[in-house]
Amino acid sequence: MADADGQVIVGLEVHCQLDTKSKLFCGCSTDYRSDGANTHVCPICLGLPGAMPALNKKAIQYAMRVAKALNCEILDESEFSRKNYFYPDLDKAYQITQYDKPLAEGGYLEIESDEGGEKRVRITRVHVEEDPGRLVHMGNVERGKYSLVDYNRAGIPLIEIVSEPDMRSPKEARKFLNKLRATLEYLSVFDSEKEGSLRVDANISITGSERVEVKNITSYKGVEKALTFEVTRQKNLIRRGQKIERETRHFLEARGVTQAGRSKETENDYRYFPEPDLRPLRVKSWVEDIVLPELPDARRERFIKEYACSLNHARTLTGELKLANFFEQVVAADRQGLSSLASTWIADTLIGELNYRDMGIDRIDAAGFTGLVRILKEGTITDKSGIEILRVMLDQRQKGEPIETAAGIVKRLNLAKTSGDAGAITTAIEEAINENPKALEDYRNGKAGALNFLVGQVMKKTRGKADPGELNRLLLEALKAREA
Amino acid sequence: MVSEKDVQHIAELADIGIIPEELGTFTHQFNAILEYFDTLDRVPGDTTFTRDLYNVLREDVVEPSLPHEEVLRNASAKEDGFIKAPRVM
Amino acid sequence: MAGQITFEPDDRYNAFLATCKTATHGSGKLAGVAVAVKDNISTQGIETTCASKILKGYIPPYDAHAVGLLRASGAAIVGKTNMDEFGMGTTTENSAFGPTLNPCDTGRVPGGSSGGSAAAVAAGMARMALGTDTGGSIRCPAAFCGIVGLKPSYGRVSRYGLIAYSNSLEQIGPMAKTVKDVSDLMGVIAGYDRHDSTSRDKPYAHTPSADVKGLRIGIPQEYFGAGVDAGVASVVKSAIGKLEELGATTVPCSIPSMEYALAAYYVTCTCEASSNLARFDGVRYGPAADTKKSWHDAYQEVRRDGFGPEVRRRIMLGTFALSSGYYGKYYAKAQIARENVRNDFNRIFADVDVIAGPTMPTIAFKLKEKSDPLSMYLADILTVPANLAGIPAISVPCGKSEGMPVGLQIMGRTFEDERVIDVAYAYEQAVN
Repeated sequence: MADADGQVIVGLEVHCQLDTKSKLFCGCSTDYRSDGANTHVCPICLGLPGAMPALNKKAIQYAMRVAKALNCEILDESEFSRKNYFYPDLDKAYQITQYDKPLAEGGYLEIESDEGGEKRVRITRVHVEEDPGRLVHMGNVERGKYSLVDYNRAGIPLIEIVSEPDMRSPKEARKFLNKLRATLEYLSVFDSEKEGSLRVDANISITGSERVEVKNITSYKGVEKALTFEVTRQKNLIRRGQKIERETRHFLEARGVTQAGRSKETENDYRYFPEPDLRPLRVKSWVEDIVLPELPDARRERFIKEYACSLNHARTLTGELKLANFFEQVVAADRQGLSSLASTWIADTLIGELNYRDMGIDRIDAAGFTGLVRILKEGTITDKSGIEILRVMLDQRQKGEPIETAAGIVKRLNLAKTSGDAGAITTAIEEAINENPKALEDYRNGKAGALNFLVGQVMKKTRGKADPGELNRLLLEALKAREA
Repeated sequence: MVSEKDVQHIAELADIGIIPEELGTFTHQFNAILEYFDTLDRVPGDTTFTRDLYNVLREDVVEPSLPHEEVLRNASAKEDGFIKAPRVM
Repeated sequence: MAGQITFEPDDRYNAFLATCKTATHGSGKLAGVAVAVKDNISTQGIETTCASKILKGYIPPYDAHAVGLLRASGAAIVGKTNMDEFGMGTTTENSAFGPTLNPCDTGRVPGGSSGGSAAAVAAGMARMALGTDTGGSIRCPAAFCGIVGLKPSYGRVSRYGLIAYSNSLEQIGPMAKTVKDVSDLMGVIAGYDRHDSTSRDKPYAHTPSADVKGLRIGIPQEYFGAGVDAGVASVVKSAIGKLEELGATTVPCSIPSMEYALAAYYVTCTCEASSNLARFDGVRYGPAADTKKSWHDAYQEVRRDGFGPEVRRRIMLGTFALSSGYYGKYYAKAQIARENVRNDFNRIFADVDVIAGPTMPTIAFKLKEKSDPLSMYLADILTVPANLAGIPAISVPCGKSEGMPVGLQIMGRTFEDERVIDVAYAYEQAVN
């Protein structure tokens, strides 16, 4: 029975490009993104008649690392199969993938559930396959439409990770994806910054209704957006008494909507059979030799124990490999002294400022940031000044200007706290009250926010350098004095 | 037994294009051959396969790709270094 | 000694699709020897069509591994030979560029699918040739044209560059007038290739020996049954008698899995072919796809116009056999059947060293005689078992019936190509 308030059920199929030097079945370099079309191509990945695949050992080793990290079972014997379909970007007219004998099955990934605790999302299977080429659609009605194909991407190794439908919301799906991405980064098998290195297909249903597949989601944010749209769309249909059709839809990132695909797609008969040009794999014993690095969950626990980070901060900091490394670099010289401030400032402030500027964590120098944290620890500047200093440093980096040290900025902009300089504060307070008679009126009438407004005005005048505690005390005194 | 309609459907699945005049003969030949294939029904259902070659793998080493002109040489239609293909609707 | 030879043959048999008027060559074991290459084997810079319109104009940018070895041995590649389109056929009548005629009787077929290579050698236009054998395509034309042809053990000769028809069955192999030449050519092309993941590290460095004393030869009853022409059977029996005179012993045996071997062969090869041939869409090579049409329309048009009827028939058979619901009935069953064929041979080879019989059930057919596909397929019955099992098999001329050559087929254990060559050599030396 279709129920508009029913449980949301989500499963994901995630494809990630493995960070090997050469392609999955040939020696072409995988570093194609900055080069022209069709410059990283050979008879094998172009699918020329007579060419044959030769399997990249590193790709299998990387995939096994992932399988082990996801607690999967490596199959005794796995093999490659042909998935046959006709498309211009698939130059052999089949994709070499793994079908009924994948590399690994049956694992799990722990994520933060919607209810707050941890939950396990089960992993159905992990397998290896090749990426097809890239299609660009060209032309218009007058000139005629056609497609342009670039085979640089053809043959890039992909790992496909399929989850059970264990997620219960678009948010949990995003958490799963983030955790998976972080895990792959920690394993050094995946570079999430490479454009197009990750693709997601999502399966979503509301209890009692048919399952809908959403294909072609290429960003992390896109997954949550697409699924949120789908949940709304499906629930609306149910409320109107309409049936959800089992179908495949495409996510249009720019518009944030999903669109019905061609029905022909859902009826594809791929005629799978084992790839006769490749030999089966018996690699289960290799698992013993795989030494996993510290993974996100373990690192999170260590941050809590060793650095006294809060759970939330630890989660945030370990959510990205580069971020976790950055944190540890910043506090390296004085873990006890700096970790509390550093974790707060990185998690609560720095990340936001970087996102706003569309900058990655690798754009900021750890030593420079450590300098700022030290000054904050000394207590010689206010938090507001700290933010200002950070923004100056980031802006300088973004503009390509020489980056000042935090201490240098404090000096140049005269940001040292004016605590103890009661005179300057008192003057500012008098000015603020005199310039804002309405605020004084509101304060006398007990209106909330009037005090904060006045505080803000004083802050502005003192350029944020006034110690907040002292400012409050003096302001209240001044206001009290006026009552009389 | 497959009908002309079945053969038509298989031709569509295979995107192979059958010439209408051929359909009758094709269907007839198809059936004769499929009937012959049915001798496989007599093969027992299971067996253990003996294989002596596993784990054929190569090292992750970069090798030269084809020169760009060679990639495009046999293609009839190209544009800006891309290979041109009929549009996918 | 490096150099070049001029090649301007009178190709009245239509053996060649392309000829190299001046064929340069290096030095080495086969320095200056004229070698013809079947047109499904990639030759850099030389048009390679598989005798199909769909590859007309295709010029490979790379050499097949075996061709590279050939060049390195100093051989002069004189041309590309005619064949049944994509290897699909037993007569070379399925070529899009006209049939090849049998030099022994131009009213008859040379056999297939390596008919052009066989005719080129039989007519003396080239001393040696490379053919390919998926279900008998080297041995059949060798038998029909009266020359020697070897299908090597699966994996001994690299398939890299061989335009695939049926990957799990086919091998490139040597063809020539004498066993010694076949053996020498095998020595050049055999060996491990890292580009072919099914390739074995089994190089061939053998001088044929004519000693068959004590050799045990299995004679399968299925090779002398009702389907085999009496004249052919009689000639082959005499040839085996010659081997007995030389000191070999014959032992009757049976291959029960022959009952479904042919069905297993045709299911396997049509399935693999339906996948292998799907890449010919006129986009990256071959006659142009119409970019003004939609993808599916253009793709269908290219295939309808570019493939001959036999190719289209096999692609459809293979597509059907792999389609949803049929995989277990056909392809999966065929692999079990193959395993049974392998087991039958293993059982027999525990008792004998080689197996002997006719290569083909008849002499060369007249042109256009085999118009029905199924009756054509049935002609492969004696050759396909060796492909299914991956064992080496040679055809050596052993006399005539009705004025046409008859081939004696010798099969051996996997990787015992040397022994199979020796038996053929022993027979050849005894009668010449």
